[in-house]
Amino acid sequence: MDAFGGPIWSMAVSPCGSQLLVGCEDGSVKLFQITPDKIQFERNFDRQKSRILSLSWHPSGTHIAAGSIDYISVFDVKSGSAVHKMLVDRQYMGVSKRKCIIWGVAFLSDGTVISVDSAGKVQFWDSATGTLVKNHLIANADVQSIAVSDQEDSFVVGTAEGTVFHFQLVSVTSNSSEKQWVRTKPFQHHTHDVRAVAHSPTALISGGTDTHLVIRPLMEKVEVKNYDAALRKITFPHRRLISCSKKRHLLLFQFAHHLELWRLGSTVATGKNGDTLPLSKDADHLLHLKTKGPENIICSCISPCGSWIAYSTTSRFFLYRLNYEHDNISLQRVSKMPAFLRSALQILFSEDSTKLFVASNQGSLHIIRLLEGSFKHLHTLQPQSVESMCLLAVSPDGNWLAASGTSAGVHVYNIKHLKLHCTVPAYNFPVTALAIAPNTNNLVIAHSDQQVFEYSIPDKQYTEWSRTIQKQGFHYLWLQRDTPITHISFHPKRPMHILLHDAYMFCIIDKSLPLPNDKTLLYNPLPPTNESDVIRRRTAHAFKISKIYKPLLFMDLLDERTLVAVERPLDDIIAQLPPPIKKKKFGT
Amino acid sequence: MVEEESVRVVRCGGSELNFRRAVFSADSKYIFCVSGDFVKVHSTATEECVHILQGHRNLVTGIQLNPNNHLQLYSCSFDGTVKLWDYVDGILIKTFVVGLKLHALFTLPSAEDSVFVIINKEKPDVFQLVSVKLPKSSSQEIEAKELSFVLDYINQSPKCIAFGNEGEYVAAVRDFYLSVYFFKKKTTSRFTLSSSRNKKHAKNNFTCVACHPKEDCIATGHKDGKIRLWRNFDDDKKYTYTCLHWHHDMVMDLAFSVTGTSLLSGGRESVLVEWRDATEKNKEFLPRLGATIEHISVSPAGDLFCTSHSDNKIIVIHRNLEASAVIQGLVKDSNIFTGLMVDPRTKALVLNGKPGHLQFYSLQHDKQLYNLDIIQQEYINDYGLIQIELTKAAFGCYGNWLATVEQRQEKETELELQMKLWMYNKKTQGFVLNTKVNMPHEDHITALCFCNAEKFENPTLVTSSKDGHFKVWILTDDSDIYKKAVGWTCDFVGSYHKYQATNCCFSEDGSLLAVSFEEIVTIWDSETWELKCTFCQRAGKIRHLCFGRLTCSKYLLGATENGILCCWNLLSCALEWSAKLNVRVMEPDPNSENIAAISRSSVGSDLFVFKPSEPRPLYIQKNISREEVQWGVFVPRDVPESFTSEAYQWLNRSQFYFLTKSQSLLTFSTKSPEEKLTPTSKQLLAEESLPTTPFYFILGKHREQQDEKINEAFESELVQLPLTENIPAISELLHTPAHVLPSASFLCSKFVSSLLLSKETKSGEEIPEDVDMEEGKESDDSDEENDFTEKIQDTNNTDLGEDLLHQLSKSEEKELRKFRKVDYSWITVL
Repeated sequence: MDAFGGPIWSMAVSPCGSQLLVGCEDGSVKLFQITPDKIQFERNFDRQKSRILSLSWHPSGTHIAAGSIDYISVFDVKSGSAVHKMLVDRQYMGVSKRKCIIWGVAFLSDGTVISVDSAGKVQFWDSATGTLVKNHLIANADVQSIAVSDQEDSFVVGTAEGTVFHFQLVSVTSNSSEKQWVRTKPFQHHTHDVRAVAHSPTALISGGTDTHLVIRPLMEKVEVKNYDAALRKITFPHRRLISCSKKRHLLLFQFAHHLELWRLGSTVATGKNGDTLPLSKDADHLLHLKTKGPENIICSCISPCGSWIAYSTTSRFFLYRLNYEHDNISLQRVSKMPAFLRSALQILFSEDSTKLFVASNQGSLHIIRLLEGSFKHLHTLQPQSVESMCLLAVSPDGNWLAASGTSAGVHVYNIKHLKLHCTVPAYNFPVTALAIAPNTNNLVIAHSDQQVFEYSIPDKQYTEWSRTIQKQGFHYLWLQRDTPITHISFHPKRPMHILLHDAYMFCIIDKSLPLPNDKTLLYNPLPPTNESDVIRRRTAHAFKISKIYKPLLFMDLLDERTLVAVERPLDDIIAQLPPPIKKKKFGT
Repeated sequence: MVEEESVRVVRCGGSELNFRRAVFSADSKYIFCVSGDFVKVHSTATEECVHILQGHRNLVTGIQLNPNNHLQLYSCSFDGTVKLWDYVDGILIKTFVVGLKLHALFTLPSAEDSVFVIINKEKPDVFQLVSVKLPKSSSQEIEAKELSFVLDYINQSPKCIAFGNEGEYVAAVRDFYLSVYFFKKKTTSRFTLSSSRNKKHAKNNFTCVACHPKEDCIATGHKDGKIRLWRNFDDDKKYTYTCLHWHHDMVMDLAFSVTGTSLLSGGRESVLVEWRDATEKNKEFLPRLGATIEHISVSPAGDLFCTSHSDNKIIVIHRNLEASAVIQGLVKDSNIFTGLMVDPRTKALVLNGKPGHLQFYSLQHDKQLYNLDIIQQEYINDYGLIQIELTKAAFGCYGNWLATVEQRQEKETELELQMKLWMYNKKTQGFVLNTKVNMPHEDHITALCFCNAEKFENPTLVTSSKDGHFKVWILTDDSDIYKKAVGWTCDFVGSYHKYQATNCCFSEDGSLLAVSFEEIVTIWDSETWELKCTFCQRAGKIRHLCFGRLTCSKYLLGATENGILCCWNLLSCALEWSAKLNVRVMEPDPNSENIAAISRSSVGSDLFVFKPSEPRPLYIQKNISREEVQWGVFVPRDVPESFTSEAYQWLNRSQFYFLTKSQSLLTFSTKSPEEKLTPTSKQLLAEESLPTTPFYFILGKHREQQDEKINEAFESELVQLPLTENIPAISELLHTPAHVLPSASFLCSKFVSSLLLSKETKSGEEIPEDVDMEEGKESDDSDEENDFTEKIQDTNNTDLGEDLLHQLSKSEEKELRKFRKVDYSWITVL
């Protein structure tokens, strides 16, 4: 729905959750009523001169603060009129800048308004009198974001220099009740603008242009100093962005606004372990598929046969048919998609590319039969739980479909009978990867706490190996890894092997070998040299880990002897970013 | 004369002023600083030393104002005592004997009868902070043995301890941790920074600490130049800190302003940084302070700061960051290449000072007179830079000429040499550069000497160098057609068999020049520059060379590296005598035949004073210093002493000063030389209410004399306008407690009449006689006599006005005493 105020720059939901504020380009602040079925316009507040860039509710819901250009307005929600207009100093390090943009405001329950602006200031205002209480000049560039903790005893701001500053409410002396806001620690984990910050009860979270999401735990709030108390830097989404057509050696790469299809190169040369072989045929960029409109791509998939591509944005679902004639490729969009296929969270093709499974954001699973150039809706599975499915796995024989949401367990459906077969018991941590092994139809489930389960679908129970490893527990280093497992696959000829990877390692679990305990070296150390067999057997354990490729986005078996791995070097991403704000470094 | 004490080696001035933080008096008029075994009281306005508080027997290690009486000062010392001083009068009030070596002192207003000191009891580097109860007693010397322990394992430097929030807690830092002890709760919190294991935090060491005066906030300085501001430190978990980073090197000291709104920091950058509101972006600088800032202190009134620097200097700085006064001691932080010299004009000791400077240091006043910039280049204080060194200097022609040599050697083959000749300009009272000689020699210059004989009207300078030559430089008319400009040119180049020239020396009358070439001494005629004769003893390279003086001028002395001292007779051209002595320093006394030689043995340095004519020494003092003595010099006395004992006669005309390797300046004396120091401005103290500047002092005196003259002209009778400030009697009356004085109406008439005394002397004398008959007549007579003599003096000599005034006021004082007697009787009647 349109707010009729031009581009919307800011939004804020009232503390009780029933009202929504919208700040618009034309300087208007509009209040909307949120009802279970719709959002309804309620009223306009006094129109301001320029765009409203930031909004904040007073925790009691009686007043709001709105940051505009060069000033902050405080509105009374009941009357809708501006109570105070607080002008911000344009001066920036003694030089008068053109405009001072209020990037963020925060309204505290004691009536203090905190503002961050483009002149690098964090300012404290008294909303009752409309006066400036304190000014902290913290950066030479814009301060772009602010987040206050629930207790209102600390807040965090992010600057365009990539620094995150923590402010705390500290008592002036130990025996007086007077308190003051003090800038405490700066954190420099970003190279570019910090566009967004959040303050959880135990951590400061920040993210910005440099594509990193940084979680900085607050040491004083952490109960035990374990591995959870460490700093986390997340660079890649915890999901699979690449799909692979094994038959045609095609890889489909999903970007924010386009898809790329590449054919892998090949070589005829042979070499020793560790050699880089020359390509006899270079990789081909076959297709560059742009989305229509501004929406981001949520998920995409290429069929194993390579003749279908499906992807979904937040509101539309697209299906394409690829035709290969020698070297030419023609792309044909399958039109007239059914109305229920509007947005998908996960798309999967069956192994023989005849069926398409779509997990919609409404929570249902659609099964579609694909014919030459057309399709037919077979069935819609409606799980009992309300949460939508975000991970799918189909068995290679096409009989079983496993689907998992974020919290409830994994549901296994029988595709032949189109009904629920069983449900794997729910686990505390969300599932990050699912796969069904060929022949045995064992479902392998990886969770975000790095646990791996194996569940036999025909037996409807955990396998013996899974029980053993749960009993013995995983190696502590395995549990301390940073990134979740995003893909699981199997070797068709070696049923005892499970192949899985996260962003920093690739692992083959050999179920036939003994499990490692905490005393053994997890990251395998001994290269296959002329060690005696006894030693090798003694030191060998089930986890064979390789860290050659990182950051690793995708790894899968193409055929029995070929493995494809996709790396995404961070330098490439950084090279595409706009240059960071230049800071003089001492001694250079 | 008093009976002679034995001569001993004493430290003489030049003590470190920057050893501890300076302390301001409550009214910011005075600044106190430690100086060796003494505490010096300087005026902040005039930089003048007004008092020296002496009494400690070892290094003074801490000074603090008495928080309960701001006119008193506590000091502590390595001699194990805490002393309480009245600094206004320079009087020792009390001595508290603790009996342990005290390393630092702290006082707190809340702890009335105790002070805090740092001691170490057991292990050498484990120090404790203890509180010492100072017992109340009327006696002068009190035992204070009641120690209560506060903190253990602390740093010995007082910079690493700070008391906060009116003494509620004490913060101490050492290595990588900060500990805070809360007196009320009796708990210690300890905060540790990650240590050197991690390369990024390798220089996290704490260096200093300061506490906010109003808030619970501790500022700590670190080795990597960071300043951390700690808050919430009463909670082990919720503590938090902020970082301020500007310094690139270690933070040497921190201080909060009195209100706590700004934080001052300093370090090797020689820049005082003021952090306003403790924010990183809001800071002010006072740059170019000359040397590393070692300490920062703030006056209790808040109007002044002061910084102590590594070059033995204290700078007093105004609140608006303007340096207002500099108290400069003997600069000690550079290598002494030039040796000790005496400026013939000012009798000041001259030696290397600040980098590239020659300092003129007054031994009498223990104060630097001025710095002469020789190298005249900006000094860049950075590790690893090869600097230009001032290596040689010599005065000539009664201080009219100064020759200096500077060198810089980056590589073995790249030697940069420069010789400069400076002329004394009478108008500007300073040295002006006259001639600059680039590369006067091919190699290092080993010696430099002027011919100081009277008969030489043409100044002559000789330089000897390792390149095998010695060069004679003379002053000639320059190329100026008016023949007014003068400059130095090379007159003669001499050499001897390509040996390196190691030393050169002129005889007293200037007729002979001795130049040593490694093992050989050559004698040259200074008129014709002819080689007269050579002496060769084959006893090693000649290290020192000097001619005898006065009656012994026919002797030439040479000391070799192999430890042989030779004396040649120039008339017979033969060796007179030789002795085995490993001579390190050999200095002739300019006023006598005596020559002092200091030898180095395994245990220490020994002094021998002898005459060249006889090989037996006049005086021997063994073990004058544990360390190696590097330089020595005879300084002529202004007033000759009269030691009758034969052994000390060598000290009569000159005093011998010497400098050890650790750069302590020592001398021989029967009493400590600093006792003799007469602070010129001591008298200034009398006028408390007036700004005491020497300028005022001179002018004020002058004005009084003028007044007197006017009075004389108008009246033949003695008329004296009493200046109330100058009459001790009146000030005594004003200082008498009010409760013992009679009512003002009773006193008034007498008081006024006493002021009228000078007009009607006779009647003024009579009144007190009437009132007080018991007062002895003799004293009255003597008063009258005094008056009489005064009259004579006054007519005779107006210059003695000062004395006159003083005596007059004495008589008035007596008058007033009488009043007080009266008032007591009056009280008893009631």
